[in-house]
Amino acid sequence: MTQPLIEIQSLAVRYDADLILQDVNLAVCRNDFLGMIGPNGGGKTTLIKAILGLVRPASGKIVFHIPRSRIGYLPQINQIDRQFPITVTDVVRSGKAPEYGRERQRSEIARAEQLLEDMGVIALKHRAIGELSGGQMQRVFLCRALMNEPELLILDEPDTFVDNRFENELYSKLGDLNRKMAIILVSHDVGTISWYVKTIACINRRLHYHPDNRITNEQLEAYNCPLKIISHDDIPHTVLKTHRHEHID
Amino acid sequence: MNTLIELFSYDFFRHALLASLLSSITCGVIGAYIVSRRIVFISGGITHASFGGIGIGYFLGINPLLGAALFAILAACGIRFFADNGKLREDSSIAVWWSAGMAVGIIFIYLTPGYVPDLMNYLFGSILAVSTTEIKLMFILAAILLLCFTFLYRKILYIAFNEEFAKAIGLPVNRINYLLMLLIALTIVLNIRIVGIILILSLLTIPQAMANLLTGDLKRMIALSVLFSLVGSLAGLFISFYADIPSGATIIFTLIAFYLALKYSVAVGKRRKR
Repeated sequence: MTQPLIEIQSLAVRYDADLILQDVNLAVCRNDFLGMIGPNGGGKTTLIKAILGLVRPASGKIVFHIPRSRIGYLPQINQIDRQFPITVTDVVRSGKAPEYGRERQRSEIARAEQLLEDMGVIALKHRAIGELSGGQMQRVFLCRALMNEPELLILDEPDTFVDNRFENELYSKLGDLNRKMAIILVSHDVGTISWYVKTIACINRRLHYHPDNRITNEQLEAYNCPLKIISHDDIPHTVLKTHRHEHID
Repeated sequence: MNTLIELFSYDFFRHALLASLLSSITCGVIGAYIVSRRIVFISGGITHASFGGIGIGYFLGINPLLGAALFAILAACGIRFFADNGKLREDSSIAVWWSAGMAVGIIFIYLTPGYVPDLMNYLFGSILAVSTTEIKLMFILAAILLLCFTFLYRKILYIAFNEEFAKAIGLPVNRINYLLMLLIALTIVLNIRIVGIILILSLLTIPQAMANLLTGDLKRMIALSVLFSLVGSLAGLFISFYADIPSGATIIFTLIAFYLALKYSVAVGKRRKR
């Protein structure tokens, strides 16, 4: 049995009177590739924020077996002010708390440029982020998430606002990264991610863990997770079965 | 030409030049932060709230600038506090502080017995009447700002760009935010004498908008803002002197003219490139 990186133990989170998460238990181990699915407002983003220490649990706890600084995070891209005056290199460097001293600064820049190189966007390093396309932005933000050499990488809907070509590229990139780190991939698109992830967690206030990547509509129903997989040809898609008007993320 | 040399022999004019330099540094730096964080409206709230302090200063017979500083800091922290604690929407919170400050100011100035001497200086600014003490205070503030933005630049940048992410990687988000609100408040108060409550926002936004036409990097934006602010202030100062019109308003008008000229030439430059 491998030592988990983080353990979530009977976690509950409330916003004012609303119970967003209840009795959530989850252990994330090295080399895990966990797909996190669930309806809008089901608490996916809240759970991520709890792991990152951005929301306080109402009860329960999260035990960290790695330093918090070794968690990489790619937020939803619509949270970013695209007109902010910042260069691509600085965005990547912002993935890690800044250090003082010329030598350290130099190694920070070197690391940022190496990541941009690996992601194939080194040519953009002096650009302002406002000049980038959606796919380029996601690559740059993925570099930022990797800046602190994470042991756990968390991606919140990285497949929004990107074209299909980049989507495939992204998922194969994640496959490579998964050899070095655990990954949690949040998505509302069950069908697509189930091709790439190893296990699935359904979140709709409670968390249901599904220990492989094939999930059926019957199982989703049993998990009280109102999503539906529709397959046409061999490209799976999903639609929301019930629509709820609670927006937490 | 002779009149120009003569002009420099006057104390008040040398003071005005020094004040322009210091206000360009302070407003240039803080304005770049304000514009990139999109908190121009908060700054407007702080500026107007400080009027309450000026009124109370007159009423109590203390230096109105001291009153203004207290009110500005109170408003800066108050706006953030209400917004952070979620009791009031941020824009509503700003409007409350904005109007409350103006109301308090008007009431106390009305209650102050006798003639209130240089009220117009606070409303519209008077760069030619800046005192030595004010220049010294401006100098200290400029030094503090430059130190903060040198040593905390990356923290400020990361937090301003993506606050939640900065929190997740463990940066002292709240402390830096409050520090900057304090610096904004002090910058506004000390610059009130130069351009006045009504026009101060221009000095915090127009040079920065010009800089933003040329660069997408906060560090360069700060440097260019200081430069444009200085050029605009000096040009405005000379124009106001020769045309015998109010200095504060002339500086702003000059800045706007510069902005339009730059915007036009950048647009023409882009068209040529294609």
